[in-house]
Amino acid sequence: MADMSPKKNPMPVQPPEIRSTNFKEVALGYSEQTALAEAARCLDCKNMPCVTGCPVNVHIPAFINRIKEGDFKGAYQVIAKSSSLPAVCGRVCPQESQCEAKCVRGIKGEPVGIGRLERFVADWHNSHMEENLEKAEPNGHKVAVVGSGPAGLTCAGDLAKKGYSVTVFEALHLAGGVLVYGIPEFRLPKEIVKKEVDALKKLGVTIETNIIIGKTITVDELFSLGYEAVFIGSGAGLPRFMGIEGESLKGVYSANEFLTRNNLMKAYEKTSETPIMHAKKVAVVGGGNVAMDAARTALRLGAEKVYIVYRRSLDELPARKEEVEHAMEEGIEFKLLTNPTRILGYNNPDDRRDIKNGFVKGIECVKMELGEPDASGRRSPIEIKDSEFVLDVESVIMAIGTSPNPLIKDTTEGLEVNRRGGIVVREESGLTSKKGVYAGGDAVTGAATVILAMGAGKTAAKAIDEYIMK
Amino acid sequence: MYKIVSKKELNPTVTMMEIEAPFVAKKAEAGQFIILRVDEDGERTPLTIAGFDRKAGTVKIIFQIVGATTKLLNAKNEGDYITDFAGPLGKATETEGRRKVAVVGGGVGCAIALPIAEKLHAQGAEVCSIIGFRNKDLVILEEEFSAASDRLILMTDDGSKGRKGLVTEPLAEILKTENDFDEVIAIGPLVMMKFVVATTRPFGVKTTVSMNPIMIDGTGMCGGCRLTVGGKMKFACVDGPDFDGFEVDFDEAMQRASMYSDFEHHRYEETCNLLNKEVAE
Repeated sequence: MADMSPKKNPMPVQPPEIRSTNFKEVALGYSEQTALAEAARCLDCKNMPCVTGCPVNVHIPAFINRIKEGDFKGAYQVIAKSSSLPAVCGRVCPQESQCEAKCVRGIKGEPVGIGRLERFVADWHNSHMEENLEKAEPNGHKVAVVGSGPAGLTCAGDLAKKGYSVTVFEALHLAGGVLVYGIPEFRLPKEIVKKEVDALKKLGVTIETNIIIGKTITVDELFSLGYEAVFIGSGAGLPRFMGIEGESLKGVYSANEFLTRNNLMKAYEKTSETPIMHAKKVAVVGGGNVAMDAARTALRLGAEKVYIVYRRSLDELPARKEEVEHAMEEGIEFKLLTNPTRILGYNNPDDRRDIKNGFVKGIECVKMELGEPDASGRRSPIEIKDSEFVLDVESVIMAIGTSPNPLIKDTTEGLEVNRRGGIVVREESGLTSKKGVYAGGDAVTGAATVILAMGAGKTAAKAIDEYIMK
Repeated sequence: MYKIVSKKELNPTVTMMEIEAPFVAKKAEAGQFIILRVDEDGERTPLTIAGFDRKAGTVKIIFQIVGATTKLLNAKNEGDYITDFAGPLGKATETEGRRKVAVVGGGVGCAIALPIAEKLHAQGAEVCSIIGFRNKDLVILEEEFSAASDRLILMTDDGSKGRKGLVTEPLAEILKTENDFDEVIAIGPLVMMKFVVATTRPFGVKTTVSMNPIMIDGTGMCGGCRLTVGGKMKFACVDGPDFDGFEVDFDEAMQRASMYSDFEHHRYEETCNLLNKEVAE
């Protein structure tokens, strides 16, 4: 008989007042005991609605049943059949809009904590099991993967397991893509990413860093180097700005730059060669996961006041629920239904050499109200006249999305992109307009989630295998 | 790891290195840049390509020792390795169809101007090079420029070598007497490029400048290198580094370039102390 308690077993976390001063992981993970208790809440529904909510179709009731039996090893094996990065997904998936949204227990009370259980299983595996990865029998075929983020890693892993000789090309000096440059340590420890990348290497995947496909080597040249198919998982590209006055002032960052300085370049460490501004008051513009990550990073760098400025209301915030809750607990102030109109700079007319000249001193915003739903189904925000006000801040971080990177499309003949610059693919295979070239993840969709990118990598791996074996 | 094949001191603050990077050498063109990291945990530092040898698989970089990273890089010797060297990035300088060009270089910017002058010269264009330095001790690449130019005008601020004055003075003179220049290409400190543009604007001669703002990834991800060109936001790493000089907002670019000057100064001092300590030990 299932445990019918309406609430999830709470996730142990670092207390807000402590975690806001360090970069260590916020959520500490279930103990075995808590995992058993949470697993007992699963009804083991025969029609498994949760599985339909998962972009990679993890057999959720099956792995939870293993947990119930105390067979954590078996639980891991179930997940590993469908997901190549369980320790990552358990931490960063938006479960509330995927698997957990479909959970029957969610109708009356809270759904089963599927994400928390997945994380428990992956962490248990990582600390108890010696990874026994064996290279598959080589099948003599070569595939190139562009980008080592979630899409690329998944695609590479799936193909390597089938015996392909896979080379992953990464533009930066470190593999992991958004998992290392974007998502902060306190949400996804880099050790976990490294473990996943190392596991791929054990499977025989070669990772070439410092190679920018489209510049160092073009997609067409990959074919002449003997690769029979190419998967493009190059991720999202150029950061968007609002086009308002003051965006070139010192102290204005794109979230990409701010997070990259911290996560990839470790600017928060005293020994880092990479500088970062330690502002006391910061405004982060946007409402997604990236905005939450930037706001909470600014806080951990020593900010006394951090605002999230978002033009819609709490209900429309696209960020993962847990991240919003964590941000609020840590004291981030949400300026909702608020939109920036210009960024104000410091300018001392009497002293041109004043070192503060050219730095941000505030952000002017206007209040918004919600009108009719737009094409995306979300109610579109409308400015309230004469409601301007100024927030005193020294730094502004723009977290309003990205537009696709032009490097590959500009150098690849016959690669079709859509109006926004995203690579056009067939949904069922990830095949682009170019023979043998597949794509997936943010390079196709624009900024989306880790799990969707993984799903795309998986789909493409299957299609590439069929294409080459045909 | 990327091997330093050769190292040469061009003047007390400017060093030239050839780095073994066959993939970069194969594609490199004048005007493009690379990103390097000296060691693990090092800063990602963009440097414009000063030359390349496709056959030998080497890329030439010339850098001024101005900050912590360049100080650490300069501490490396022939045969040593640096951790990362990625590129070529950015768009190549357009030289096609140019018949007569003035190439203006200032200080270490001459290192980047040289391959452009060489390329123009090799394709048969008439090249007039104007290169400027603070004093005679800082002069670099004079012979090389001489070989790549139909005319070479060397300027020093204090007159200790060549003509005394700024590069804009002879530039204005030649533009006054010769109206057949296709283009002026200027590479050097922001303030120099700003005044080159002010000099050429009245003559309406196309003026291209090479911008090297602060950047991290160099591939169009961080947006740190943004600048305003013709009233629009551009990213130097993917849209540049060359831009129409008449359209660039130099004052804004100069302001942005000083964002971390405080940090860089401290880090430079620390690195000096660290290296001195190592020498003492």
